[in-house]
Amino acid sequence: MKNQQIASSMAGTDWLFKMAWRDGKASGGRLVLFMASIILGITALVSIQSFSDNLKENIRLQSKSLMGADFIIDSRQLPNEKVQGIMDSLGGAEGMEVNFASMAAFPKNEGSKLVRVRGLEGNFPLYGDLETEPADAATSYISKGGALVDATVMLQFELQVGDTIKIGNASLPIAGTLISAPGNSAFASSVAPPVIVPYSLIDQTGLLQVGSRLDYNYYFVAPPDMDLDALDKELDPILDAENADLDTHTSGSRQLGRNYGNVGRFLNLVAFIALLLGCVGIASSVQIYIKEKLRSVAVLKCMGASRKQTFLIYLIQIGSMGFLGGVIGTIGGILLQLTFPGILQEFLPFEVQLSLSIQPIIMGLLLGVLMSVLFALLPLISTWYVSPLQVLRIQETPEERPRKARALVFIAILIFVFLFSLWLLEDLSYATGFVISIAVTFSILAGVATLFMKGIKRFFPAKWSFTSRQSLLNLFRPNNQTMVLLIAIGVGAFLISTLYFTKDMLLAMAQLDSSTNSPNIILLDVQSEQNGEVAESITHKGLPVLDNIPIVTMRMHTIKGRDANELRQDTTLTMNKWVLNHEFRVTYRDTLISSETLTEGEWIPEIPKEGPIPISIADNIARDAELAVGDTVIFNVQGVLMETVIGNIRAVDWARMQPNFNVVFPTGVLENAPQFQVITTNAPNAEASARLQRELVQKFPNISVLDLRQIVTLIENILDKIAWVINFMAFFSILTGIIVLIGAVRTSKYQRIKESVLLRTLGATSRQILQITALEYFYLGLLGSGIGIILSLISSQLLASFVFKAPFVPSLVPFLVLLPGVTLLVLLIGLGNSRSVLNSSPLEVLRKEGL
Amino acid sequence: MSKILNVDQLGKTYSSGSKKLKVLDAISFEIEQGDTFAIVGPSGSGKTTLLGLCAGLDKPDSGYIELCGTRINELSEDQRALLRNREVGFIFQDFQLLPTLTALENVSVPLELQGVKDASKQAMELLKKVGLADRSHHYPSQLSGGEQQRVALARAFSNRPSILFADEPTGNLDEETGEKVVKLLFELNKEAGTTLVIVTHDLDLAQRTQHILRLKGGKITTNKSTVTS
Repeated sequence: MKNQQIASSMAGTDWLFKMAWRDGKASGGRLVLFMASIILGITALVSIQSFSDNLKENIRLQSKSLMGADFIIDSRQLPNEKVQGIMDSLGGAEGMEVNFASMAAFPKNEGSKLVRVRGLEGNFPLYGDLETEPADAATSYISKGGALVDATVMLQFELQVGDTIKIGNASLPIAGTLISAPGNSAFASSVAPPVIVPYSLIDQTGLLQVGSRLDYNYYFVAPPDMDLDALDKELDPILDAENADLDTHTSGSRQLGRNYGNVGRFLNLVAFIALLLGCVGIASSVQIYIKEKLRSVAVLKCMGASRKQTFLIYLIQIGSMGFLGGVIGTIGGILLQLTFPGILQEFLPFEVQLSLSIQPIIMGLLLGVLMSVLFALLPLISTWYVSPLQVLRIQETPEERPRKARALVFIAILIFVFLFSLWLLEDLSYATGFVISIAVTFSILAGVATLFMKGIKRFFPAKWSFTSRQSLLNLFRPNNQTMVLLIAIGVGAFLISTLYFTKDMLLAMAQLDSSTNSPNIILLDVQSEQNGEVAESITHKGLPVLDNIPIVTMRMHTIKGRDANELRQDTTLTMNKWVLNHEFRVTYRDTLISSETLTEGEWIPEIPKEGPIPISIADNIARDAELAVGDTVIFNVQGVLMETVIGNIRAVDWARMQPNFNVVFPTGVLENAPQFQVITTNAPNAEASARLQRELVQKFPNISVLDLRQIVTLIENILDKIAWVINFMAFFSILTGIIVLIGAVRTSKYQRIKESVLLRTLGATSRQILQITALEYFYLGLLGSGIGIILSLISSQLLASFVFKAPFVPSLVPFLVLLPGVTLLVLLIGLGNSRSVLNSSPLEVLRKEGL
Repeated sequence: MSKILNVDQLGKTYSSGSKKLKVLDAISFEIEQGDTFAIVGPSGSGKTTLLGLCAGLDKPDSGYIELCGTRINELSEDQRALLRNREVGFIFQDFQLLPTLTALENVSVPLELQGVKDASKQAMELLKKVGLADRSHHYPSQLSGGEQQRVALARAFSNRPSILFADEPTGNLDEETGEKVVKLLFELNKEAGTTLVIVTHDLDLAQRTQHILRLKGGKITTNKSTVTS
């Protein structure tokens, strides 16, 4: 007669946790390795997400000091009466600025450089500071009639305060070093560093001429209760019609936030890939872990545990490890982001103040639990179907997990990956594209790895030495994780190689043609009356005049019979409105140039005797303005209206480093219009380029000189920096692969010990055992990184052929550095974790195994 | 005396590759409460399968099994688990202790599944009875075969089962250790008043029970009492 109290219900949740703990503490090492697989991915994600949030918040808080005002009205010309009236109605501008690109000369060492001249007047900046050295130069430069010169220029030309800078016709003393100022953009400052001068001295420079690209900015302080978004909405269309524009600090900061956000999203994806790899590692490790637990599950079911209880015990273990992994990864991510301001300093417009952001922390914790449970679910559900009969010695066909359950788990994983990608990217098509790409990449890697393995089995090298053959066979041992390791290492190698190949492709596209017939120096803003003299200066130096291109500025007045103003007001308009506000720089000629290909219509070299003027437009303009051959456009050519008809549409290779044009007129139309020239030449080396620039800056201070070699170097530097950041993130994938490898080695440790012991009992030497172990990891590393690099080579070639349409010459770095590097790393880690295998005493093991 | 186990026209077929193997064919017998019962037969006779079905570890393909007044056929897997926890104890040839739990924890599991509050205390009492109280915190890997089987004995009796199934309890033990374990088994069984069903190929062990059921080729050849009047 039973006399104990039996609870009305079976053991509760506390028993499940108790059992999970009891069983888990004996398997602590294995579970810690599961956890480690996802830590790196979570660290990367949390760090990027947290930093992005901080950056957005900093931009929002500092938006006023980034702009230097509450809002700006800007225009490419002095404001007309209407715009002035609007500005007056807003209380008048507190400060104003004119800025333009120009060559600056430094008589001290005869140096010259393309700079961005900012002529300031009034109260600027209204928020934030001009940071200068010495500090008082920020205010004294006005009274001293001096210039504030960007710090990089000061360094490059070894300039001191007091030295002279010549801008146009004006020679000004350098009043101080400009360290930072509102309104400076990082990339633009790299191409043309800023020089600040008093607005009153601009006329002295003589640089405000026809064709000069000028920007006039008027800075305003808004009353505290002003709704800036409403103001923007109300005034922007009116100002657009007058060729002006309104930008508020909020819209400016939103745009800046979006730009940085896009970079953050890309890096997040790279980090997410590392996390996915970790989860694949978890799935594989848990599979083996659970397989070893199935006997215990059967025993528990014999004792009376239900399917749900046995399933939950191991679910709790995995979930707990996932949560711990999430905690550690989140802490790691928060600490890692502390390094980002230093690493990304050159890309950021201000100093970022870091604070704890809640959302990434919650994301890190949730991801840890969700992803480890999701990816462990497939092996976990096998506990559901274990029959208690397994404790008896009955041999029957092993129970197969229903396909429905497996399919449901796969679908759940895909849905989660999709939803998380959607949350990261905030775009449905990008998220879909990412998930498909991931699925395809992993599938291809798995497929190629499978083919390799099958190939090795089929064409097994029977003539190889014993150790080489045995190590190959070890890749196929029961419970091997060869496939998972190949995928983990392969994805990391694939990511990093693709980065190198793509970077080289982009650089190759930016490379200059080395022949003397290709321009590497472009002279801008050459006035008509200077044309002859400039050309003579060039030829006098033994350099060729390759192009002498006339430029006429004009705007679209009507499109297909509709007035530009009317089109601006039309809220149902589908065309891209930038064409309505843009000042086109147009040229005229009778031939196509090498970067152009006719796609529609007929090339008309000269104006016909009657009818509207047939013009040629680039395909992007045709797309944006919704224009086709035969459509009419009336241009306002500096006050004169010209009726034109679209004669043809061209495809333009904008990546070519030469002057390209959206609109080209035939000859015989614009020859007498107010115009300026763009002249190109080829200098054989940097000295010849410098000599030419010195002379031109002295004789023709209004001309801007673009040395394309310097631009290419700049692009190279930027691409290098971007590549470094992406490499840093992609390396997380490699590291995750390493952790998965360590997990795999540990998991199979006892099996390897048994094998090693048996071999030694049969007479194998320690050296042979070491060789077998070493070769096994060598094959893994070589195969994994090799597959990843080869796949990357193929996909990069496809990118080059179909997307960039450029030749592809693969970088050697993946082959010479990545392949041997990863192989060596895998070898060292494998050997390092196999010491107990190599050192176990045979007798001890045989006794333990009861052999 | 009431019947604790009633088996009628029991049949079971397993698939082996593409072949179907009829392991049990029209098996019928009864066991009275409190009896000791042995199932013997050569290897492949179906005795282990029969034990498994009687214990509710699987469902028969034909016939029915009534255990402790409940028809097992009609129960779901979870319902059978509940029945096992309340009414059945197990002893296996290879001990089947949970390797990650200590001896005490292994013995506690059936009690904890019942939601018993002082499971550890009761488990310790049982370990004392089998002479392993001082090894309560040792893991199975730290115990010898005989010690492991004694822990398994303690576990089997912990939930005070109505019926205890033992599958070759001495199969992995040497003769001396096996004898000790068998002696302990019968002592505990007598003390608890449990019905005992032993699967064995050891005829000497079988002779110590009250009834012997012989199986061959999945069919009963003899079913007789060993008690001489």
